[in-house]
Amino acid sequence: MDNCFHCGDECKTNKIKHDNKCFCCNGCKTVYDILNDNDLSYYYDLEHTPGNTPFIQEGKFDFLDNEQIVSKLLEFNEQDIQVVSLLIPTIHCSSCIWVLENLNKLNAAVKTSQVNFPKKTVRITFSSKEMTLKDLVILLSRIAYEPYISLEDASKSKPKINRSLIYKLGVAGFAFGNIMFLSFPEYFEVDEFWLDKFKHIFRWLMFAFALPVLLYSSSDYFISAYKGLRSKILNIDVPIAIGISVLFIRSSVEILMDYGSGFFDSMSGLVFFLLLGKFFQQKTYAFLSFERDYKSYFPIAVTRLIKKDSSKLEEQTQIYDVKKGDRLLIRHLELLPVDAVLINGNALIDYSFVTGEAEPITKTSGDQLFAGGRQQAGPIEVEVLKTVEQSYLTQLWSNDIFKKNSRNVFETLTDSISKRFTITLIIIALIATIFWLFIDSYLALNVFTAVLIVACPCAIALAAPFTLGNLLRIFGRHKLYIKDSSVIEQMANINTIVFDKTGTITTSKKNAIVYEGISLTKEEQSLLTSTLRASNHPLSRSLYAILDKNNICTLDDYKEDIGQGITAIINHQKIKVGSFNYVNNKESKQTLKTHNRTAIHISTENTYKGCYAFFNEYRDGVEEVFNKLSNTYKIVILSGDNDGEKAYLEAMLPKNTTILFNQKPEDKLNYIKKEQALGFNVLMIGDGLNDAGALAQSNVGISISENVNIFSPACDGILDASKFKHIPKYLSLSKKGIKIIKYAFIFSLFYNLIGLGFAITGQLKPVVAAILMPLSSISIVIFTTLTTHFIGKKLKIKTNIP
Amino acid sequence: MNIIYMLLAISVIVALIFFVTFILSVKRGQYDDTYTPSIRMLFDDELVIDKDSNKKKPKNQTN
Repeated sequence: MDNCFHCGDECKTNKIKHDNKCFCCNGCKTVYDILNDNDLSYYYDLEHTPGNTPFIQEGKFDFLDNEQIVSKLLEFNEQDIQVVSLLIPTIHCSSCIWVLENLNKLNAAVKTSQVNFPKKTVRITFSSKEMTLKDLVILLSRIAYEPYISLEDASKSKPKINRSLIYKLGVAGFAFGNIMFLSFPEYFEVDEFWLDKFKHIFRWLMFAFALPVLLYSSSDYFISAYKGLRSKILNIDVPIAIGISVLFIRSSVEILMDYGSGFFDSMSGLVFFLLLGKFFQQKTYAFLSFERDYKSYFPIAVTRLIKKDSSKLEEQTQIYDVKKGDRLLIRHLELLPVDAVLINGNALIDYSFVTGEAEPITKTSGDQLFAGGRQQAGPIEVEVLKTVEQSYLTQLWSNDIFKKNSRNVFETLTDSISKRFTITLIIIALIATIFWLFIDSYLALNVFTAVLIVACPCAIALAAPFTLGNLLRIFGRHKLYIKDSSVIEQMANINTIVFDKTGTITTSKKNAIVYEGISLTKEEQSLLTSTLRASNHPLSRSLYAILDKNNICTLDDYKEDIGQGITAIINHQKIKVGSFNYVNNKESKQTLKTHNRTAIHISTENTYKGCYAFFNEYRDGVEEVFNKLSNTYKIVILSGDNDGEKAYLEAMLPKNTTILFNQKPEDKLNYIKKEQALGFNVLMIGDGLNDAGALAQSNVGISISENVNIFSPACDGILDASKFKHIPKYLSLSKKGIKIIKYAFIFSLFYNLIGLGFAITGQLKPVVAAILMPLSSISIVIFTTLTTHFIGKKLKIKTNIP
Repeated sequence: MNIIYMLLAISVIVALIFFVTFILSVKRGQYDDTYTPSIRMLFDDELVIDKDSNKKKPKNQTN
């Protein structure tokens, strides 16, 4: 089998030979020609079969004729120069970068273009005299890099990137390095003439470097400690803030009184390591978004029909301008953004994106259509019932759960330990001070501060960020993309798992097709294949794909009744394909066990033959996953579907599984609320927008996606569908991660004890602190990194050798 | 030995220059995308050949 030179797909039925190369379709060949004619064939040298199959839809970008919309999309627009950033989900390899950055070879009006690969965006500067934004977008679509433009792009107020952590880290690192150098001579305590003479200037310089560290770099810790104290929580930032301030005050006093050089080096080092941990904990997946709402799915504009002198005018209108009573034209494969009534045309609406149900629904004129459906069969005309904000689907987002910015305050493991730690620390400090007051009152204050300094829980504060940060990366490498590290801690506390059915434990396509009934003769089979070939209905096409295509003959007569079925005649043989009622015109009393199923029924010469039943294909290893999970977790399945597959599901899943059908989005949300009220920690695994409420309500919401670049509802994590069978492993790994953090705590307490030994005996010298603190921090980092990678390896081995 | 004062001043100024350039480069977004430039860097040579010879290159270049 040859593979397409452009996209690498197998060349099946209609192989195209061109220029000594094979192409799977005309689209691929066209792209090849465009690139080849413009000296861009290097595209194919960079990577093997780098292309995407273009999919061009006439009129899709007509809305870019509307200047208001264009001006919202443009980043810069002055004189002849326009700049635009476009999201192109198909960017996937270095060839993509190369060809997109050489757009000016295709059209000289493009001045510069720059790709941001992690974000999958391209920023293009072009001359507006020579080309419009619409031309540009069409040019990109022609070479199969179609930009994704959604409602979100128009309503964006560009979120400012918060880089303050990097600045703080930079300041702390800068000060740390310089203070280290300046304090180096005094580490050896040599009594030397020149050193003595210059040590004051050295010390004051250190003081100057330490000031920005205290005032700027460590400000977050002080703020957090203050907030914690106000809400009566002793979080980990309290002892850190105490440590930093004691370090600074004592050092300043020492310099002022000429006692010694102080601990500025330790202080800036401490802040630097702490911020490093914070920085490491942040792992962002630039190409994913965990905060999506309907805006990123919805188109930016629709075609409005305006009646004028008995002729209909088409006009591109922004979605928010659509009013009740407007007539809209929804083209093939366009998304319906509002609730509406069908006026004209054959509506075959795919709600998969709302409900997760893959099979499109046929609607006839006068039926109500809900926002979020995608039209699958030619253009339709609809009348708007509700505006975008009031539509059924978008109203889900007015639920309170989406307004909360952060979920309930979750006490992390670090915080719960720091409570005990801080209290113990203060008790030790007080006892040591009282003890020294009797022996040597001069040293008492010294010991008190030394205890607070040395016990500063730098290592404890680093254990969680590094362990969780590492796990985050390991998960990411195995295609579970987690929003932030606190989610992993929550994952370890889960005891109830709620699954959605369609699209989550089943694949989104109905792939399993089984024939039931009287077997068809060869002649009938070829009749059926020939008939299906002409049909565009998704079910016909998926059935056609699996059938033998040997004897295709020309049809003598063909009639498709939309939403019903097809009648065709070849050589005086009549075949009917379609719904049961359409096909079976005899009043046979056949029991309808196929009642709730998706099926294509067939009859020839008015005799009912049988049907091809479509089943949802369950994901790989569903049974195994459920069996493993049912040992430790309570498992629930909430399905938006009818109970057609109830018996099958019950047979397949462990006995203690709760299965609920006919669940509306609100029902799912409320079910999870109820479970949480009973004290369960719920993990919700879902996919469609209908799960959005439940995903937001649950303690951890993970959405499953066949293609992570395509959009998934707001959630805490996105799991690649191919890794479904690893869910138990991810959960056990997060539990092990928590164990590692606990071991790291013990490890760092050991360092604290050594430090306390020095402090209580009144022997804490700057050089000891300067060695002990970085040493403990670094060894914790090494310990957590090694152990997390060790446990992460288990995931890897089992992934590679299935 | 009073030269120490000057040396100190110079060293601090040099350090500050580097610090400020770091902050500025972060601010201008130089570190926002650290992946694409690493790939883009590999193209440049090829492009030059492309322009000079102005004909198709051998197809044995894979990345």
